[in-house]
Amino acid sequence: MTTLYERIGGEAAVDAAVDIFYRKVLSDDRVNGFFDDVDMDGQIVKQKGFLTMIFGGPNNYTGKDMREGHKHLVANGLNDSHVDAIVELLGETLKELGVADADIAEIAGIANGARDDVLNR
Amino acid sequence: MTQLKFKDDVFTVSAGDTVLDTLLEQGHVIPNNCRAGACQSCVMQVTKGNVPENSQKGLKDSQKAKGFFLACSCSPEEDIHVQLIDTEQLRIPASVTKINKLSTDVVELTIKMMDEFEYYAGQYVTLWKDDYLGRSYSIASLPEKGKELCFHIRHVQGGQFSGWVHNELTVGDTLSVQGPAGDCFYTAGNPEQNLLLIGTGTGLAPLYGIIHDALKQDHRGEIHLFHGALNPGGLYLTAELTRLAQQCSNFIYHPCVMSAEQSTLKNITEGDISEIALETVPKPKGWKSFLCGDENLVKALKKKIFLAGSNMSDIYADPFIQSK
Repeated sequence: MTTLYERIGGEAAVDAAVDIFYRKVLSDDRVNGFFDDVDMDGQIVKQKGFLTMIFGGPNNYTGKDMREGHKHLVANGLNDSHVDAIVELLGETLKELGVADADIAEIAGIANGARDDVLNR
Repeated sequence: MTQLKFKDDVFTVSAGDTVLDTLLEQGHVIPNNCRAGACQSCVMQVTKGNVPENSQKGLKDSQKAKGFFLACSCSPEEDIHVQLIDTEQLRIPASVTKINKLSTDVVELTIKMMDEFEYYAGQYVTLWKDDYLGRSYSIASLPEKGKELCFHIRHVQGGQFSGWVHNELTVGDTLSVQGPAGDCFYTAGNPEQNLLLIGTGTGLAPLYGIIHDALKQDHRGEIHLFHGALNPGGLYLTAELTRLAQQCSNFIYHPCVMSAEQSTLKNITEGDISEIALETVPKPKGWKSFLCGDENLVKALKKKIFLAGSNMSDIYADPFIQSK
């Protein structure tokens, strides 16, 4: 039985997804304000780590990292609506890449699982 | 909080503070310049403990192995002992062979290295007047020129180093060179790929090297150069680049200025260089981009080109950081 990560194509899929996903995020007025001042190269590395994690691949992310990394954003108004937007953009990215609906739903579930950590609740 | 030992003193480094900040605050004299991990002026050596990986970014493997690191990018995560490095280990002396005026405020400085020196066209080095005054400049020449290196040096208002180059330096004088560093250079392997090169001011220097390197390696894709300045007087090498564009069908030269005044230069475009470039190349997907010059412009362009469809891994940026 293959894992979700293997099914969608492993690291190659993450590489394909990260540019498309990050471009959508930076183009979306609901969330791009949170990314105005970030170093883009550093952000790409973080996005890759995030996507690997929610695709069920090998990663070093911990709930503590998610909390620490978003603490200052929560102070600046990051809330559920922004997480919803990110999950939606993620779904669009995966659809463009031809990922099956059932797999997208599973990935969205994993992403939603990080919601409380991201929002520091 | 970690402990930092330098000479015979032990200091406490607060979380987030760098080795450079800490030592300067304590009154030590540590050569430094950009404080952004680019110029390598503040390179030091760790003799006990480990430094974070990011503080060794851009250094050669042989230097990393010796424990060299950049004090400005090093927030220690454990107790460390550090020392300064004898600058002779890092810098190669060179002598000035030519100083040639390129425009009202830019000269082309040519120097001859006194030792073997390997680099890629488009990389940068730090030039040192003496032990403490150094500035980073992109190399505008090609490695084929042997030990001769060229730089485009703009006279910055009140600039210590550029003032020295423009007002005092003469043929036969010596200076020293540290480096090279930077990943803004041409790589063979995809000769059909289109190239987008955008530079402002002396951001032309690395691009000039990259263009000649690409043409020499028989690059077949289109090579678009957008060189921007505030006014036509700020553009330079225009005649040579125009001639090159006539000789090479795949090289296209786009001089751009904010205000054209009564320019005699043909084909000059007036307006914002980012807009002009992205109107000419609206879909840079699959292109490789090289962006050099003003820090804010380069950062903004990087984002625009990415949003217009380019892969992030195809964008090479070399922001010129003004020394403080």
